[in-house]
Amino acid sequence: MYRYDEFDHALVQDRVTQFRRQVERRMKGEISEEQFRPLRLMNGLYLQLHAYMLRVAIPYGTLDSRQMRKLAYIARRYDKGYGHFTTRQNIQYNWPKLEETPDILAELAEVEMHAIQTSGNCIRNVTSDQYAGAAKGEIEDPRIWCEIARQWSTLHPEFSFLPRKFKIAITGCENDRAAVKVHDIGMIMKRDAAGEVGFEVLVGGGLGRTPFVGKSIREFLPKEHFLSYMEAILRVYNQLGRRDNKYKARIKVTLHETGQEEFTRLVEEEWEAIKDSTLKLPKEEIDRIAVHFEPPEWKALDDAAPTCDARAASDPGFAAWLRHNVAEHKTPGYAIVNISVKPPGEPPGDVTDVQMEAMADMADAYSFSELRVTHVQNVTLPHVEKEQLPALYDDLAKHGLATANVGLLSDIICCPGLDYCALANARSIPVAQELTRRYTLERQQEIGDMQIKISGCINACGHHHVGNIGILGVDRKGEEHYQVQLGGSASEDASLGKIIGRGFTAEEVVEVVDKLLDTYVELREGDEAFIDTYRRVGMNPFKERVYGTA
Amino acid sequence: MPQIVIASHLGSGRVMFLAKGSTEGSVTWGRLIETSEVAADDTRANALLALAEADANARNEVVDPYLIDVEEEGGQLRPTKYREAIRCLGPTIRQDLGKQAEGAEA
Amino acid sequence: MALLERRDGGAAVIDDRFTRVDDEASLPDGPVIVSVSRFQAERDALLSRDGELGVWLESDESPTEIAEDLGHLAVVACNFPAFNDGRGFSYARLLRERYGYEGELRAIGEVMLEQAPFMVRSGFSTFEIQDLSDIAEFKAVVEEVRTVYQPTGDGRATAIQRRLGR
Repeated sequence: MYRYDEFDHALVQDRVTQFRRQVERRMKGEISEEQFRPLRLMNGLYLQLHAYMLRVAIPYGTLDSRQMRKLAYIARRYDKGYGHFTTRQNIQYNWPKLEETPDILAELAEVEMHAIQTSGNCIRNVTSDQYAGAAKGEIEDPRIWCEIARQWSTLHPEFSFLPRKFKIAITGCENDRAAVKVHDIGMIMKRDAAGEVGFEVLVGGGLGRTPFVGKSIREFLPKEHFLSYMEAILRVYNQLGRRDNKYKARIKVTLHETGQEEFTRLVEEEWEAIKDSTLKLPKEEIDRIAVHFEPPEWKALDDAAPTCDARAASDPGFAAWLRHNVAEHKTPGYAIVNISVKPPGEPPGDVTDVQMEAMADMADAYSFSELRVTHVQNVTLPHVEKEQLPALYDDLAKHGLATANVGLLSDIICCPGLDYCALANARSIPVAQELTRRYTLERQQEIGDMQIKISGCINACGHHHVGNIGILGVDRKGEEHYQVQLGGSASEDASLGKIIGRGFTAEEVVEVVDKLLDTYVELREGDEAFIDTYRRVGMNPFKERVYGTA
Repeated sequence: MPQIVIASHLGSGRVMFLAKGSTEGSVTWGRLIETSEVAADDTRANALLALAEADANARNEVVDPYLIDVEEEGGQLRPTKYREAIRCLGPTIRQDLGKQAEGAEA
Repeated sequence: MALLERRDGGAAVIDDRFTRVDDEASLPDGPVIVSVSRFQAERDALLSRDGELGVWLESDESPTEIAEDLGHLAVVACNFPAFNDGRGFSYARLLRERYGYEGELRAIGEVMLEQAPFMVRSGFSTFEIQDLSDIAEFKAVVEEVRTVYQPTGDGRATAIQRRLGR
């Protein structure tokens, strides 16, 4: 993974000094809250219902054990012993104090971490595939490009006061685990006819009030133009994006209102003027960064794993975990392990400092000290020897991290909601808790692939638009109320869910999910997943079951 | 409907309540809802809000003061809107955190 | 309000020799700054007039509107109607890097001290500051972050360039 050089270190250290100064000015009243707010947001610090909330960047979801231990320390020393993994591969702390935040940032800088641009109308954390560098069929490790984009976007003088936030995601695989099609810029690595590696560029995907699937504006972008093309997109957006209406200010609306063809023309025209400028990436810099993402020293192993197989044969719990939480690695004898931080009845994505320390230890013992945070709010150990899976499983189980539910019903994406967030209209976590307690693992396995995603407001941090079942909390005449959508997907076959009808109370919505699942199980053909059955039979059977009428 | 003024403490971000006995030139903020100065009508409520805003600007101890509706229930003050109730108590899913857990030592 | 000019080693308060003139007002003698629409409506008169000429861009007015006439302009001002309206940063870069403008480039309106590093890097050379106490901080703020990742027209070596010894 990437290691800072002197220039990267200087930037984060100076940024801490800068923020410390800005906080001092604020505390003395030299700058008003109105002036301070954009500055604090550009350092990821929100003022929420109970306290400040600090969103720390985990660039493209990758961190090592040393960094994970620092996150644990911060949870312990400056917060209330836990953190929350988000749908953009970041971590959030719910109880920091403004006065202590410069110290927190200083601690983070010691381990090459920061909270720069995790909020505000600027370019946010560039996210990626949690299996990067380990997945079969990967064209190239997308994180090389995420790191290049991270540097280019950090304290960009022209793009720090955009019409609205800007989110970029990059995947190196056809099977998209990074939801690139619902990002402001989504990049898909691919080969051209000559076998050269480059990017397909999508623009204008996004969730929230007006969800859109991204539009492909360039079929193939060569590597050396990676930055100049993004600069062209951002420059067009910065000038054209609406500034009069917060709800129409994202690039997805700009593209929609301008028209895909005209928007593409404007980008290409701007790009023509700058593509051969200093933004053209020198091969030496690409190579310098690529070196950091070279694979670890894998052992030459057989793919056969007799110890693992024997354990699976005798221990159904381990066998289930193997089936659901462990994914195929590109290297013989290795596996990708997903750590579920979704035990039944717990807030999805919340981990204690003790669990963070344990995961750091496990990374050291089993995975070359490397971990990934996923956009589904779980954690991945990317390179684990298959023969060590039983030992790892036992370690995970000790810390409540071995729930065999990855990709199943109780692997829910859920935002913090009205329990924490000042933007929310309704609570989301209690709905998730109810659902995860309700179904046994056997029932969940019977149901199979199921992505439930819950948001507490239209900002859609819980990605409800792209849930197979999406749930949106709203305020209806002073009461919490929930809308249900069906048929969303965040993968390469991205689609936006459709609302099934009038909404429900918190008690009712759980019953509704029951009915939806029953309908699916009755109607499915073969081993069709929920999303496939829905796409085949349509909304009506589900509506009928829920409302008693089509 | 009775109202109180709540705000966020600048340094810590914790919820603060415009305290009983606050007057022009002598405003205090309390950590617990019981300390609140309660306004019985809109005129009084607006006066309290103006007091709070002036104090926020002058002394920089709190930010974003605003009025919320409350009711008295068994001698306790309770916000009538669930959002404000959550704000004044803490996350419903972690009864061990927030003001609901802190009591007098908050 | 004061006009700050960027200098090596910080910034200095300078006298503003220009008068900004509203569209309806008559032009005084001496250097003036007018709006884009006035410039376009009275172009010939303004250009043949005695006295330096400047134009200000509102945040929804692109530099393409005045690109052809930059050679005649002593100052171009970009208005920031709110400090979070960041269009002026793109306009500044286009003026400097696309259209080769070399005159005074002035940031006016809601100019926040903390934005100064971005404004300087984008090409602004002067700043209308509301809060005079900001002046002492200006140098510290602008030079606070030692590493820059992005090339702009300011000629500062980026991290990539320094890594490659360029």
